[in-house]
Amino acid sequence: MATVGIRDVRKRFGNFEVLHGVSVDIADGDFVVLVGPSGCGKSTLLRMLAGLENISAGEISIGGRVVNTVPPKDRDIAMVFQNYALYPHMTVFDNMAFSMKLAGAPRNVMEQEVGRAAKILGLETLLERFPRQLSGGQRQRVAMGRAIVRNPQVFLFDEPLSNLDAKLRVQMRSEIKELHQRLKVTTVYVTHDQIEAMTMADQIVVMNHGIIEQAGPPLALYDKPANIFVAGFIGSPAMNLVDGVVKGGVFRTPDGTPWPLPPGTNAAPGPVTYGIRPEHLRLDPEGMPALVQLVEPTGSETQVLFRLGETQFSGAFRERVTARPGDMLRVGPDPALVHLFDKATGQRI
Amino acid sequence: MSAVTAAEWIKARRDPSWIVKLFDWKPFLVIVCLLPAVGLLMTFLTYPLGLGIFLAFTDTTIGRRGVWVGLENFEYLLSDPIWRNAVFYSVFYTGIATIGKFGLGLWLALLLNQHMPFKSIIRAIILLPWIVPTVLSAIAFWWIYDPQFSIISYIFVEVLGWRSTNIDFIGTEWPARFSLIVANIWRGIPFVAISLLAGLQTISPSLYEAALLDGSTSWQRFRFITFPMLLPILAIVMTFSIIFTFTDFQLVYAITRGGPVNSTHLLATLAFQRGIAGGELGEGAAIAVSMIPFLVAATLFSYFALARRKWQQGESND
Repeated sequence: MATVGIRDVRKRFGNFEVLHGVSVDIADGDFVVLVGPSGCGKSTLLRMLAGLENISAGEISIGGRVVNTVPPKDRDIAMVFQNYALYPHMTVFDNMAFSMKLAGAPRNVMEQEVGRAAKILGLETLLERFPRQLSGGQRQRVAMGRAIVRNPQVFLFDEPLSNLDAKLRVQMRSEIKELHQRLKVTTVYVTHDQIEAMTMADQIVVMNHGIIEQAGPPLALYDKPANIFVAGFIGSPAMNLVDGVVKGGVFRTPDGTPWPLPPGTNAAPGPVTYGIRPEHLRLDPEGMPALVQLVEPTGSETQVLFRLGETQFSGAFRERVTARPGDMLRVGPDPALVHLFDKATGQRI
Repeated sequence: MSAVTAAEWIKARRDPSWIVKLFDWKPFLVIVCLLPAVGLLMTFLTYPLGLGIFLAFTDTTIGRRGVWVGLENFEYLLSDPIWRNAVFYSVFYTGIATIGKFGLGLWLALLLNQHMPFKSIIRAIILLPWIVPTVLSAIAFWWIYDPQFSIISYIFVEVLGWRSTNIDFIGTEWPARFSLIVANIWRGIPFVAISLLAGLQTISPSLYEAALLDGSTSWQRFRFITFPMLLPILAIVMTFSIIFTFTDFQLVYAITRGGPVNSTHLLATLAFQRGIAGGELGEGAAIAVSMIPFLVAATLFSYFALARRKWQQGESND
């Protein structure tokens, strides 16, 4: 187990820079999720941690040791690949024992170590199978087993759940988290799925276009997104973001509809982006009259798409909404949970 | 004609004509589709092969219809030192050439699988020996091996001054045998290299990355990942290569015609020599037929020893 330090790391492919100076500090035993849209550089950063890509500038350290020039096998890390990268011509046992076989470990040690990992993951009965004979979830477990066997200082996961169906993904998500709680090994996990990030992470690092937009615990990102990108990326359904101006102590959309400002805000008059999460809208007899366009009941909550003047926004309500498209409902945001962003810079006000 | 609105319009149902029905009738369709292929195969494959095998059991010569002589031709061949020499050289030629082709071909394929500039041009160049008609390349080798004008001799004697006499490539038994093998290897490498390259490219790069993290050396990656994953395609390519090499005719016939003193006869060239040039059709056919057991054995070996791997089979026992 080890800390991981990433200091002002850059990555260039030819003249094209994909990472523009990224710094992250990962504490010993933390589960850190790198999340962002595709092409944001999160996988590249992970591969640089693993040593599969070289580092154009900056410094990466694992357990206090700078590993910029250390070959992958000496970095004491284990990685789970998106396509699992199981050796198709080897049995599950041989797949998991491969690193020990290369290191010349005796047979009984291999059996002991593989047995331990297989027991953790419930793979005992599958050891003689070939990868082709396994289901997606089983292959995923073998890939994790191969990582566990190596007793690494750091686990790296590269979108490990993206090849699984929705149900299995939820199941494996909790298995991975449980595994981390049991083994307490520092873990860096890459995903484009913000729900995976929210549910699994101790720390989330939101990346976009090769920079870090915000890093912090999941709920801190949810409660206080640092900018418009994080506000729109974290949370499902996504936050409503409405452009308008602050004038005379209220926020007005371009068609003049007033929305309440958070109490004690120091927003200067001028253009801002107004953010309110759908779940922070309330059915409020005093609220604004909005036209119901679409009602989506999911059982646990009801999502409603509204139109108010020129603005479309969605709300999510715990109570059953009986309104139908075309009806008017009075809704209002919880002013304390409103987010304001500078329209020009996108930064939180 | 009265106008019909979209709601009223109904697609007319018509009874298909007899010819449509006939083509919808499966047995008819099966026969019609198979006929051209079966006809071609029967005419150009089954008939000549059958005739050849039949001739092997007769004493037919050119101009004389032979009579059935049973195994007489084969009994004669078994006692014929030239036939036995041809068997020896066919096996030797195939064996050494296959080792050479696969050694060099695999090495080339591994090189070409690396990232390098002008990759596609280099690949195209590598295919050249295979594209050139065999007889043309054989003639080129004939000049390279010429006792008087050989460019290799020229380089060794005139340029480097390492030798004082020209090299005797095809004038004596063993040098001639090896010279032909070298020519065959040169010609066979592209096929092996390109086929194996195709096989190499199907191996997922993430396997190598995983192996890199598992702590493998580059030799271990070749030994434990590349080679086993290449084996299935290797087996198929090797089967083809062995068949083509064992039945080779053009290179040998164009360069040495089986000489000197019949030392470089392959079974194919000997069969031609005896059957067509010598006119002994029955005996030539018998020599040709005598290749069949070797080919069957080589095919079975590749097929059973190399091709089937348990890990390739489907997800049947889930």
